[in-house]
Amino acid sequence: MDFTTFLWTTFAAFLTLCTFSFLYKDNPFYKFAEHLVVGAAAGYFTIILWHNGMIPKLMYDRLDDGSPWFLYLDSSAPWYLLPAILGMLMWTRFSKNYSWISRWPLAMYIGIGAGAAVPLEMKARVNEQLVAMMAPINWSDFFGHGGFNLLDATSGLSQLLVFVGTLCALIYFFFSKAHTGVFGGMAKFGIWILMIGFGASFGFTVMARISLFINRMQYLDQQWIVAALDLGDTPNEAYHWGFPFFFYLLIAVVVGYTIIEIYRHVTSKDVTSPQ
Amino acid sequence: MKQQFPRLLVLVFGAFLLFQFFMPHEKSEWLYEYLLDWIIIIGIFALAIGIWSLIRVHVDKIKNKKIGWQYSYVTLAGLVGFIVFGFTIRNGAEWGWYFPFVLSVVGMFLMIIQAMASRAKVAMFAGLAGVFALTALLIGIFDKAFSFHFATSEGLQAYMFVHSFDFILIPIFATMFSLLAFFIASAAYRAFRARSIMATLLLLSAIIVMLRFNPYLEPVFGSYISQTSSWLMNVPNLAAQRAIVMGVGLGIVATGLKVILGIERKYMG
Repeated sequence: MDFTTFLWTTFAAFLTLCTFSFLYKDNPFYKFAEHLVVGAAAGYFTIILWHNGMIPKLMYDRLDDGSPWFLYLDSSAPWYLLPAILGMLMWTRFSKNYSWISRWPLAMYIGIGAGAAVPLEMKARVNEQLVAMMAPINWSDFFGHGGFNLLDATSGLSQLLVFVGTLCALIYFFFSKAHTGVFGGMAKFGIWILMIGFGASFGFTVMARISLFINRMQYLDQQWIVAALDLGDTPNEAYHWGFPFFFYLLIAVVVGYTIIEIYRHVTSKDVTSPQ
Repeated sequence: MKQQFPRLLVLVFGAFLLFQFFMPHEKSEWLYEYLLDWIIIIGIFALAIGIWSLIRVHVDKIKNKKIGWQYSYVTLAGLVGFIVFGFTIRNGAEWGWYFPFVLSVVGMFLMIIQAMASRAKVAMFAGLAGVFALTALLIGIFDKAFSFHFATSEGLQAYMFVHSFDFILIPIFATMFSLLAFFIASAAYRAFRARSIMATLLLLSAIIVMLRFNPYLEPVFGSYISQTSSWLMNVPNLAAQRAIVMGVGLGIVATGLKVILGIERKYMG
């Protein structure tokens, strides 16, 4: 690792520690990282939208020979001017008298978005889920493939459970009929299925977060500390005093802030605390 | 004109897109693609409003010295820094005066912000902004170590843009999401009490899924924990998620139709 990359790595380690410091309490280091990410993300997405949206979709396209073809100057395609004019009408929001004009592009945006979403959502979220739900039950391997195994997720029993579970969970959300009798029993089974599903989703989310936490710890340990102290299997030929200097500098900042916080805690007179 | 025309636009465009789905004609599909481009372009212009709003919020914070106003400079510097990185690219191996240029642009922007936020010394901050602008301009004109790329996407591969993304945005985003592990665990400790059958089911399924990769349980339970966890994810969880997805889908369709038919009009403010 060269020194420049190490400096980037150290800055990333600093930001990681700044963000983790929120576990103690809201503090200046966390605030710094939090505010930096807001501005940086806004700048990042501005650039992405400019290069991937504004230029190719509005300004110009590339011809086969690589020369630009200016969409807005092309008299054969004047319609490319329309969205730009509409987009600029959004800026009438800055005027008190003309802000109502900004509703026009917004209305188009909403209309196009809603019109495109309705059939697509119906297809993807409802129809295709219904098709998957009504897949034929595997009766020949009802209790598991190659023997009795209740934990076989592809067995006929599991498929039947998915079908019945989905149906019962949908019944639970159906409030136009009282949840009594057989209907009530199915709704009750539906909520059991939903609770198991919520629990499994929750556990899965926790594990995903834990794996991200492990990833950040591995970053600090295997990339930053290893590079800073040259602990890798092969010695770093570019290694010099600057590597440990910035490492210990950051450690000193962490230790220094910790000492200051302990000192503040010890010397503070908390009148609300019990004697 | 102020109320009816936007509703008419929503109805016309919404109804057209709705029926277009069932018209697999070449021209209909061309129009569909073109209209989707429209909303991307309108969205880009709307982003300018978002950026302006971000600037206004932070200028207001600095002006009124609200809590944590000093950090507003960090946000604004991050915003300008990333924009500069995305439009400039190094031409060779040398950086030349690139970093003084970036600092000048950021300095100019912050001085403009300071001039907007100040109740006094406005002329001084405006003058400083001018000095920074002149410095940036001179470096930009005479330094050949870097060049500007407004109209080509080369800025997306620029060293500073890519490295700033990899070493600033990614670590903070990843760490913020990993922080949730602690808060979600403490929330679970408070919320998961086996007070009823349903709460017990929730608790048990969550515990089994969380123990899936625990290496210490493997010698005791064999692969049962892992198998049970997979079964929970692929059978009851699938059924629950499928019901929820279908409910959400129907909800989106209903809301979309309400918007197109003008029953839902909150978007007009």
